[in-house]
Amino acid sequence: MRFTWFNLMPWPYLPDDFREKNRSVWVDIDSRLFDPAKSNDVYNGYLDMLEYAGTLGFDGIGVNEHHQNAYGLMPSPNLIAASLARRTDDVALVVLGASIALYNPPLRVAEEFAMLDCISGGRLVAGFPVGTSMDTNYCYGTIPALTREKYKEAHELIKRAWAEREPFAFNGRYTKLRYVNLWPRPIQQPHPPIHIPGGGSLETFDFCIDNTYSYSYLSFGGYIRGQALMQGYWDRVAERNAPDTSPYRAGFAQTICVADTDAEAERLYAKHVSYFYNRCLHVYPGFADAPGYRTIKTIQKGILSQYAANSMFQQLPWKELVDNGSVIAGSPETVRQRMEDLIKKLHVGNIFCLMQIGDMPKDKCMHSTRLFAEKVMPKLRNVFPEYADDGRFWCKPLAKRAKPGALPVESELGSPVGVES
Amino acid sequence: MELKTIQTERVPVRYYEGGSGQPLVFLHGAGGLDLDLGFLDALAERFHVYAPLVPGYGDSEECGELRDMLDFTLHTWDVVERLGLRNPILAGFSMGGMIASEMAAIAPNDVSRLALIAPAGLWLDEHPIPDIFAMLPYELPGYLFYDPEAGAKIMSAGGDLSDPKFLQAFLVQNARQLGAAGKILFPIPERGLGSRLYRIKAKTMLIWGAGDKLIPPVYAQAFQRGIAGAEVVMIPRAGHVAPFEKPAEVIGALARLQ
Repeated sequence: MRFTWFNLMPWPYLPDDFREKNRSVWVDIDSRLFDPAKSNDVYNGYLDMLEYAGTLGFDGIGVNEHHQNAYGLMPSPNLIAASLARRTDDVALVVLGASIALYNPPLRVAEEFAMLDCISGGRLVAGFPVGTSMDTNYCYGTIPALTREKYKEAHELIKRAWAEREPFAFNGRYTKLRYVNLWPRPIQQPHPPIHIPGGGSLETFDFCIDNTYSYSYLSFGGYIRGQALMQGYWDRVAERNAPDTSPYRAGFAQTICVADTDAEAERLYAKHVSYFYNRCLHVYPGFADAPGYRTIKTIQKGILSQYAANSMFQQLPWKELVDNGSVIAGSPETVRQRMEDLIKKLHVGNIFCLMQIGDMPKDKCMHSTRLFAEKVMPKLRNVFPEYADDGRFWCKPLAKRAKPGALPVESELGSPVGVES
Repeated sequence: MELKTIQTERVPVRYYEGGSGQPLVFLHGAGGLDLDLGFLDALAERFHVYAPLVPGYGDSEECGELRDMLDFTLHTWDVVERLGLRNPILAGFSMGGMIASEMAAIAPNDVSRLALIAPAGLWLDEHPIPDIFAMLPYELPGYLFYDPEAGAKIMSAGGDLSDPKFLQAFLVQNARQLGAAGKILFPIPERGLGSRLYRIKAKTMLIWGAGDKLIPPVYAQAFQRGIAGAEVVMIPRAGHVAPFEKPAEVIGALARLQ
């Protein structure tokens, strides 16, 4: 099993009457609710938490990209990952990811991911999301019906840029480049492992299967609701005769909070869980799915955006969120049981642990994270022993990596060679 | 009106045809032709009407090869060509008006009479056009109709969105139709037409519902400034969907091109 501690970086200062006074947390959120001075502590606190998780035995620390969104303060996940690359040592940097269709030219992603891989010594796990309709269409103006075509072309360009050793011309419909010649190029060859976050579209299932990418379902709806979608993925894996059904072909994001007892978990975390589910997920349904963003095939399969589902707009109490699996919470043993249930039912090897929940303060987040790392994670390590050696979907760092901050001590410096004193 | 199919280079195109008299090509808006069938019937009493569907609308085949404004413009010229028409009266409503304007700008010598009914295609920063792509079904009537309550009744007559089966069919239709429309209207319904309007040589009628809340009548003046000799006809007590709300008045204005 591979566990990634994931931080969406929610803005923790949305007012109590946010739902009543605002139509959406995303796209047209009131920018006055963002306080730049307060963000200094928010950003640094969140970076500290990611770094902290990196010291506790998590396999990865994870970030992602959202725009004009109060529950995701990372329009540029690569900036955050760059900072983490310098301040962490052996944990994977999971960027889930950079929305490749939104960069002009998309080569920028190939370059930045290569830089991250080089700086971190090969610790990058790269993510290529199509991006939500909110981000891709409403915030960044991509034409919905052309989004997937643009995405495919961007993917082709990035893969070729990573692979080819000679400058080449790329005559795409959306990007035309005379001299593609990537510099720097990633340490991991032929390229860093690629995860594709998706929301259930069949095209994305097939894309992952055909390219040996890991499919990640980053829902907030929990594993019980996510089961049908993941089953759809595994059915598709079988239909397309993939050579194996390794659980590492899939990942799942799950909100998790751990305390000493179940009751303690509710006492400590219910407030913050409510902040996230009832305030941060308050998305105006008109932004959920631009017409043309989802393909007809996908709509006909009944797969709608999680933000379009009415249930997401109701006020959900703690008990319901825990019972329906949106949140896995409780004592270490309760959490272990439910996590094992999740892992087996969904057949997923990559877990993205959403543990920085809503406006949760640092002390509670550290407590929950440490309990999970020490008392839950070790007991779940070996659910899939037959796939223990499947390294296809994870990074392969250099054995010997540079140490940041390793300049020689100034007082001990002799004369640099070749310079006369 | 009869629904027929004609083959073009890229895709079979569905079109309504009916009436007799001077040939008139009518290009529909982003909502399709459903609301305008009555208008077309009335129009067919005075003209030989051809109303092609943008690929993806109604039961017509989608066309992935149509991506940008030039594709839409040339595709619609292909349709006119295949219908065997020379210099028909070119009329377009909303998105269709945008396409008709582009057709008249790109081939000014092939269009001598142009009717633009609340056309899209220009953008005034001081008068932003509301985003139809972020509207929920219940929000649309307020922008489309002069009388939103009556409009809401008409729009909800089609079915109940809380019925999952109807919802799915509705979403498929939306994805097909507005997905296609989005190629020239999303996120801003402007693709440079303003810089090409000067090329239009046609006698042009600009027909507008005086109560248009989607593309407000101030846009009529903007089009008028761009097209030499264009006339504006404002229709009182009509919103954006003037052909539906005031068919006789719209046809009366159109008839001045005869």
